Amino acid sequence: MGFPDRIERTVEVAHPPSKVWAALTTAEGLGAWFGNEAKIDLRPGGSAWMTWTNGHRADMRVERVEEPAVFGFTWGIDGLPEDDPRRTYVEFTLEATGTGTRLTVVETGFAQLPEDAHRKAYEGNTGGWASELGELVGYLDAA
Amino acid sequence: MPPEIEAIAEQVFAALADPSRRAVLAALASAGPATATDLAARLPITRQAIAKHLAVLAEAGLVTAEAGERRRVRYRLCSAPMQVAQQFLAALARDWDGPLGALKDHLDREN
Repeated sequence: MGFPDRIERTVEVAHPPSKVWAALTTAEGLGAWFGNEAKIDLRPGGSAWMTWTNGHRADMRVERVEEPAVFGFTWGIDGLPEDDPRRTYVEFTLEATGTGTRLTVVETGFAQLPEDAHRKAYEGNTGGWASELGELVGYLDAA
Repeated sequence: MPPEIEAIAEQVFAALADPSRRAVLAALASAGPATATDLAARLPITRQAIAKHLAVLAEAGLVTAEAGERRRVRYRLCSAPMQVAQQFLAALARDWDGPLGALKDHLDREN
């Protein structure tokens, strides 16, 4: 079947790396071309988010900041619960060319299956709503 | 890449390829654990066929049987394999071409 773990794209843009860097790493930039609104704390470990007018929201954690060459962040995998430990890593690499910038984006981690994390998620979800509802009933009964 | 992840996703998609099994999973997802008899009453599928589909789904880890005497065994949906399959779908649904095109337009507009 082939489970894609890595997605990679390269584009050439006719603008210097400093300008591309600003578009990738500032709230103004991200909110203009990627999301509809964005906020970013640009340092490793800093948090960032983007929202879209359709209600979609992406929360990111900044991982690598090497101006103006490498910008990396992690974010959750679409469709998985918010507290799921699995995240993909997105890394933008900017290389100056004679006429502008070669921008590469690599996203990895779609095929990860951290043994313990998966087991934890599995065990955590086995009871699921039934056990949570059971706890609610117990709580209401005791009140 | 762990080999089992592909096997898990494959079992989920194989299970979902059958309309009766989709109906069983949808019924368990929407209304919670149920016995084969409950499901047969709700779905246009015979109890024998339901039992067969539940066995396939249990083998794939998509449902688990709760302890209980035969005929009163309730089946419960397991979400973990679905979440593995969702990772696969997320990779297919990830669109970088759209945002990168928008980035180019954005940079050009700023000139």
